[in-house]
Amino acid sequence: MRAPSETAAGETLLAVEAVSLSFGGVKALTDVSFDIRRGEIRAIIGPNGAGKTSMLNVVNGFYHPNTGRITFKGTTRPKMRPHEAARGGIARTFQNVALFRGMTALDNIMAGRTLKMHRGFFWQLLRHGPAMAEEVEHRRKVEDIIDFLEIAHIRKVPVGRLPYGLQKRVELGRALAMEPELLLLDEPMAGMNLEEKEDMSRFIVDLNDQFGTSIALIEHDMGVVMDLSDRVVVLEYGHKIADGTPDEVKGDQKVIDAYLGVAH
Amino acid sequence: MLYREAGQFKESYAADMAIFPIRQDRIGLAIILVAAFVGVPLAASDFVLAVVMVPLLIFALAAIGLNILTGYTGLLSLGTGGFMGVGAFACYKLTTAFPDLNIVVCILTSGVVASAVGAVFGLPSLRIKGFYLAVATLSAQFFLDWCFVRIPWLVNHNVSGAIEVPIRTLFGVAVTGPNASPQVRYLVILAIVTFLTWIASNLLHGRVGRSFMAVRDMDIAAELIGIKLYQTKLLAFAVSSYYCGVAGALMVFLWYGSAEPAVFGIDQSFLILFMVIIGCLGSLVGSFFGAALIYGLPIALRNGLGALGLQIPAATVEHLTLMTVGGLIVLFLIIEPHGLARLWQIGKQKLRVWPFPY
Repeated sequence: MRAPSETAAGETLLAVEAVSLSFGGVKALTDVSFDIRRGEIRAIIGPNGAGKTSMLNVVNGFYHPNTGRITFKGTTRPKMRPHEAARGGIARTFQNVALFRGMTALDNIMAGRTLKMHRGFFWQLLRHGPAMAEEVEHRRKVEDIIDFLEIAHIRKVPVGRLPYGLQKRVELGRALAMEPELLLLDEPMAGMNLEEKEDMSRFIVDLNDQFGTSIALIEHDMGVVMDLSDRVVVLEYGHKIADGTPDEVKGDQKVIDAYLGVAH
Repeated sequence: MLYREAGQFKESYAADMAIFPIRQDRIGLAIILVAAFVGVPLAASDFVLAVVMVPLLIFALAAIGLNILTGYTGLLSLGTGGFMGVGAFACYKLTTAFPDLNIVVCILTSGVVASAVGAVFGLPSLRIKGFYLAVATLSAQFFLDWCFVRIPWLVNHNVSGAIEVPIRTLFGVAVTGPNASPQVRYLVILAIVTFLTWIASNLLHGRVGRSFMAVRDMDIAAELIGIKLYQTKLLAFAVSSYYCGVAGALMVFLWYGSAEPAVFGIDQSFLILFMVIIGCLGSLVGSFFGAALIYGLPIALRNGLGALGLQIPAATVEHLTLMTVGGLIVLFLIIEPHGLARLWQIGKQKLRVWPFPY
């Protein structure tokens, strides 16, 4: 088990207050509140259909909650679009890999730096001078990420041809290229074998330590969740049923009931 | 053995990110350019220049335009003919309003008009995708077609209702009009097409090109890394229409010499779309291949049959040509559904490792 990082007690980075979200009659989230502190790894767990992914979609602006507020870095925006979330420093990976399949791993990660590149359209037409200097500068940053994720050997391979585990890694690289303050990881280890899971866990812990990135993590592998996270939120049927350190959550009767079922 | 990158080490990221990182590719490109600028005008007959090379380059340029939109950004468009028409009519209005303005400047500026019109008709792409967008752009095609026929102001109230290309010179040499020699027209077109291809290649290899492809491959993820979808899609429409517009202006001014609105009909849109699909969606060199196959092959077949010395009636030659081209297109699509540029890539890869299979 990993000792909780010292930064875990930092200021609140993201506050979700009484968020409810429904699609027609289906209530995806009901009155959910929790917070993410700067520098911590926050796990969101729950049985299938508990509303975990909907929660992430609300945080980065794909869905707008019916009621409730989301405060990120002290500012509350009623209707945040995904690209505004990106600008604010929220990056995200998807449950089923959402890479740009026709592009190489390198281009995918370079695309992640779009927001950091400022040379205008007419410089882009020339691709010389300042535009090229900017490309090179960002390429250097991207190469650091490639080294960090140990994917140097596949940088020029179109991602469509990569095995699943590596695709997940490239997707993490693309999110990292944005230098996010908050990284939302939606099941980063789904469908991986033990070795790949260990690699991915190592990357998550390392990037949290090295860059101080706050992470919201959805994961089904309880071993991973309990080892990695500083605090855990448990959702069931759109309701929050528990919130606390891994040990507290593990002992919570409601959580045990949700996962193991209750005798009727 | 000749085509190897072994021993060519890149010492800077700039060298690694060059558009042609392999030395042999750069040499090959130089040879092609020299041949195109010097060899072809000297060696080729007037017929080959005027009937084969000039149209081929113009179609290639239009195909590049559509490829930026459909191949790189993933937005299907059937309005290409209309946007080419906008370029042609804009060029006509410009050059008749300012007769002293350099014709090349006119042609390049007329693309800007086309690009503005293209961006307006690109607005539906913000809400709809795929086949539905194709239908929406079809409306652009029909609307523009209607404008070309119904608004006499566009052709300066000519009785014929057609664009009549005036004589324009460049450094004292006639570039447009009946006196322009095929050599001059070919060289002007070649210069413009080379320049614009270089520009397109720069654009597509940089930040803008990556955001185009990101929108094509996964628009949700693109939005998530901070790409504004509406901006990117409209930019793609604008850039694409610019290329189509310039191609349309070149088509009328340096190839046809005069043009009725019917030239820019739906047929033209489909023709360019086929070139892009056969060539390769998302490849600049594929646009040239596609134009060469769809436009060049029928001419080659027609003249090839004649050269065999067979006594075949002209109508039969025409039918045979159509049948053969149709068959070849089907064959190419079966062999390589991703288009000719993909075949070219595979060929280069094979050559790289030759004579060993791996």
